[in-house]
Amino acid sequence: MSAAALDTVAAAAAADRPQPYAELGLTGEEYQRVRELLGRRPTDCELAIYSVMWSEHCSYKSSRVYLRQFAEKAPATTALLAGMGQNAGVVDIGQGYAVTFKIESHNHPSYVEPFQGAATGVGGIVRDILAMGARPVAVMDALRFGPAGAPDTARVLPGVVAGISFYGNCLGLPNIGGELGFDPCYAGNPLVNALCVGVMRHADLQAAAAAGEGNQVILFGSRTGPDGIGGASVLASASFEGGEAAKRPSVQVGDPFMEKLLVECCLELGAAGLLAGLGDLGAAGLSCATAEMAAAAGTGMRIRLDAVPLRDPALGPAEILMSESQERMMAIAAPADVAAFLAICARWDVPATVIGEVTGTGRLQISWHGELVVDIAPQTAADGPVYRRPAARPASQDALAADGPDRLPRPSSGPELRATLLDLLASPGLADKTWVTQQYDRHVRGDTVLAMPEDAGAIRIDEQTGLGVALATDGNGRYGWLDPYLGAQLALAEAYRNVAATGARPVAVTDCLNFGSPEDPAVMWQFAEAVRGLADGCQFLGIPVTGGNVSFYNQTQDVAIHPTPVVGVLGVLDDVRRRVPIGFAAPGGQVVLLGTTAAEFGGSAWAQVAHGHLGGRPPSADLAAERAAASLLAAAAGAGLLAAAPVLSDGGLAIALAECCLAGRTGCRVELPGDPFTLLFSESAARLVVAVAPGAEATFAALCRRHAVPATVLGETGGDSLEVAGQFAVPLAELAGIHQRVLPALFG
Amino acid sequence: MTARVGIVTFPGSLDDRDAARAVTRAGGEAIPLWHADRGLRGVDAVILPGGFSYGDYLRCGAIARFAPIMTDLVPAAAAGLPVLGICNGFQILCEAHLLPGVLMRNHHRKFIDRRLLVRIEDTSTLWTRGYQPGQEITLVLKSGEGAYLADPAMLDTLGKRGQVVARYADGDPNGSAQLIAAVRNEAGNVVGIMPHPEHAIDPLTGPGDEGLLFFTSVIRQVVAG
Repeated sequence: MSAAALDTVAAAAAADRPQPYAELGLTGEEYQRVRELLGRRPTDCELAIYSVMWSEHCSYKSSRVYLRQFAEKAPATTALLAGMGQNAGVVDIGQGYAVTFKIESHNHPSYVEPFQGAATGVGGIVRDILAMGARPVAVMDALRFGPAGAPDTARVLPGVVAGISFYGNCLGLPNIGGELGFDPCYAGNPLVNALCVGVMRHADLQAAAAAGEGNQVILFGSRTGPDGIGGASVLASASFEGGEAAKRPSVQVGDPFMEKLLVECCLELGAAGLLAGLGDLGAAGLSCATAEMAAAAGTGMRIRLDAVPLRDPALGPAEILMSESQERMMAIAAPADVAAFLAICARWDVPATVIGEVTGTGRLQISWHGELVVDIAPQTAADGPVYRRPAARPASQDALAADGPDRLPRPSSGPELRATLLDLLASPGLADKTWVTQQYDRHVRGDTVLAMPEDAGAIRIDEQTGLGVALATDGNGRYGWLDPYLGAQLALAEAYRNVAATGARPVAVTDCLNFGSPEDPAVMWQFAEAVRGLADGCQFLGIPVTGGNVSFYNQTQDVAIHPTPVVGVLGVLDDVRRRVPIGFAAPGGQVVLLGTTAAEFGGSAWAQVAHGHLGGRPPSADLAAERAAASLLAAAAGAGLLAAAPVLSDGGLAIALAECCLAGRTGCRVELPGDPFTLLFSESAARLVVAVAPGAEATFAALCRRHAVPATVLGETGGDSLEVAGQFAVPLAELAGIHQRVLPALFG
Repeated sequence: MTARVGIVTFPGSLDDRDAARAVTRAGGEAIPLWHADRGLRGVDAVILPGGFSYGDYLRCGAIARFAPIMTDLVPAAAAGLPVLGICNGFQILCEAHLLPGVLMRNHHRKFIDRRLLVRIEDTSTLWTRGYQPGQEITLVLKSGEGAYLADPAMLDTLGKRGQVVARYADGDPNGSAQLIAAVRNEAGNVVGIMPHPEHAIDPLTGPGDEGLLFFTSVIRQVVAG
C-alpha cells in the first residue's frame, strides 16, 4: 500500500475515495461493514488493521460457530486456570505448578520458504507460551509432507527440519517428539504444526490485557521491518493458486538469539513484578496486540506509531501496523515501573520503547508524527465477523465408504506375512525417524525423560519431587478422509493412549485443525464433523480442549488435503522415575496384548503400502476402552509392574513389536491366538502391548481384570530376533537395516 | 569445605543450568558468573557452558571472547585456574587462544544430537584425573559446528605433548581431525570438550552417569588442596 500523502482520520471523514480492500483480502460486504462501524471510510491504517484482524487466520470467522462446542461440552474440571481464547490454556498440575501448552500451524509459510517458515513457526508458538507468564521448556513438531520420493518433498522437508533445528536448538528448548507423515494429499500443502509447553508457578500467570488508565505501553524485542507484511491475510487465509514465489516477502525471518534474550528478559520482568499486562506480537503484529489487549481490558490506547523502532526507515504507518516481524512483545507497565523495566531490558540487550499509554476512552487511537491515523473501537477489530458457511456431506462419501479393503489380496503364509512387515517398515511414514530427530537438541535443560522414538515425550518439572508432564501429538488424515468425526476421535484416542502408556494421567487437550478451504461446503462439513467428534470425545474422556489453532485453505486450487486434526494431549506424571518407555530392554518380560482386535483395515497402513488403497470405514473408536486402559496403565506404572508399553497404531501389532524390539535392542517371541494377518496388521484402536516386569505377571493380570481390560499373553521378550511362532522370524539386525536406511537414502 | 565452580552465562548460553546441576551433583557449589561483569568472585574453577553465545553470529565464540569477564578469565587461566569449555565453551576457548585449533561446521553440514562413545586418552588434567587411561564412556554430542581442526604441525605437536584429552571411539560423527573430541592446554588446567559430560550425570535424563567424573575430578582436587 503506497500512500503518497498521509491518510488521516480527518481526511477520511472529509473525502471518500476507492480503496484497495480486495487486494488486502476483505470482501465487499466486510468492507461495507467497516464503513458502517466507523460511519465513514476507513483510513489506510484502519483498513490495514481490519484486513489482518478480520482474516480467517486471526478472526476464526468460519470456525467460531463450531469451536464453541469445546466450551459447551467441556467436562467439569478445576484444573483449568485459563482456557480457550487466551494465548494458550493453563492447567494446574499440582504442587503449585501450572503448565501451559498449545499447538499451532505454520503450513503456508513453510511451503513458500521452508527454512524460515518452519523456524518462525517455532518462534511464534514459543511467544504464545511466554505471553502467559510461563517459561517455555520443550517443543514438539507434527510434520506431514507429500510423497517422500517427490522432488518437491526433497525441497520442503530438509528445509523445514533444518529450520526447526536452527530455531529450537538456538533457543535452548528440547524437542521431545512429534510426528512425521507422508501422503500425496500434502504435496503442495505440507503441514508444519509446532507445539510448545511451558511451566510456571500459579502466581506467575499473566494477562494479555491493557488494564489501568495511565499505564504505559512498551514494545520490546526486535525492531520492526518489512517482513511478513500481510502474512495472516495474504498467505494464511487463501488457497495456493500458483506463483507462490511472489508470496515470499509475506514470510517472516527468524532470529532465535533475540527470542532467547526475550524469554529471559520477560521472565525477569515478571519475577520483578513489573508486568501489568503482557502480549506477544504474532499474526497481524502490532494491529493485533494493540486491539486485542485494549479489547480484553475494555480500555483504550493511545499509540505513537512513529516511536516504533524500525529496521527499515522507509516503512509507512500502515506497513508498520501489518508487519509480522518476529521476536517482539508488548507489555503494559505502571509509569513508576518504566525505569526499572527498561533497565532489565538493557541488561539483556533487548531494545525497548514506550510507544503509548492506556486510556479510559474505549478507543484505539494511533498517531503518526502528531496526526491521528486510527480511531476505532478495539473490540470491533478484535471480534471480526462470524460466518455460518454452507456445509454439505459430499455424495462421494457413500461410494468411499462402500469401497472397503475386503477385496484386497492378503498375505497368509509365514513368508508373505514377513515380507508384508518388512514392506511396512520400509515405508517412509513408518521408517526410523532418526534422520529428522537427531537434528534436534533433545537434551538441553537436562529434564528430558522421554523423547523420540518414544510414543510420547516427557519432561521433569520438579527435581525434588519428580513431578513431570508427558505429551503426545497424533493425527491421521486417512481416517479423517473416510470419516472426519471418527478421524478426530481416533486422533484424540491415540494421543491419549500414547500419554497414558507412559504412566501419565491425561488432563488436557490442544488441537491444530488442518483443513482445506472453508468456502467449499464439503470441507466445511468435514470441519464440522471433526470438531463435533473431538468435542464429544473430550467430553467423554473428561479432558478439556484448552486452546489451539485452525488452519484453513490447505488446498491448491480445488484440491484440499485430507481433513487432518492434529491432537495434542498433556498428561501429568507424579514421578518421572516411574515413566514407562516403549523399548524391550531386557529378556524375560511377559509380552501381553491389551484390548480387542477386530479385522479393521480401512485407512490402514497395510492398505496404503501394499495396495495404495484408501476406502471403507476407519477403525471404530471405543473411548470407554481407552479410558479403562489408561487407568490400568497409570495403576500398573505407579506400582512398577511394567518394563515397556508401546501403543498400537499405524501398522498394528507387527509394527509396534518391531519398534519396541529395535528401541530396546532386545527381541521377542510371540504366539498369535487367531488369524495371524488380522492380529499383526489390523489397526483396531484402544490397544497396547506391554512387557511385564519379571515377577509381576500375576499382579498385573489381576489388575487387568479389575480394570476390565482384555489381556492376552502373547509370549516373552528375549533373543535377537522378532519371532512369530509358526510364521516367521526376522533378526533384529535385518529389521534395523531396513528401518534405518529409508530416510537417509531419500534425504541424504 | 567444598569447591566453588563458576559458570559463565553469556547471552545465548543454554547449558549453563545443566552445568550447574552437574557441579551440584558432584558435590561442588555452582556460582553464576555474568558475561558483562568483571571479577571471578573467588571461584576455584570455571566452566564455559554450551549454547549459542551471541547467536553464533560472526563465528561461534568469536564475540564471546571479547566479553568483559574474559578480561579476567584469560590471565586467571594462564595462572593455572581450572577451566572447562563444553561445546560452545570449547569454541570460545579456541577463539580466546586458550586452546589450540578451531571448531568448524560438521562435515555432513547438519546439526546432530546423538549419544556416542568417547575414549579418555589423557588423565593428567584436573578435569579427567578420575578416569582410567583408555576408559570409554558414553556421552551426548549435540552441535552443528563440532569438527575439531588444526594444521598438521599443530596436530603433531598435540599428539607428542599428549594434549589430546579424548577421541571419538565409535566412528567419526562430525569430521574432526584424528577423531579428536577434547584437547587441553600445555599446562593441563584448561580443557575443551565437544560432547557434553554435564548431560551424562543421571540415566534418567541422559545416556548414563559417566560424565560426572569430569566434575568430581576437579572438585576433589580443589578440596584436597
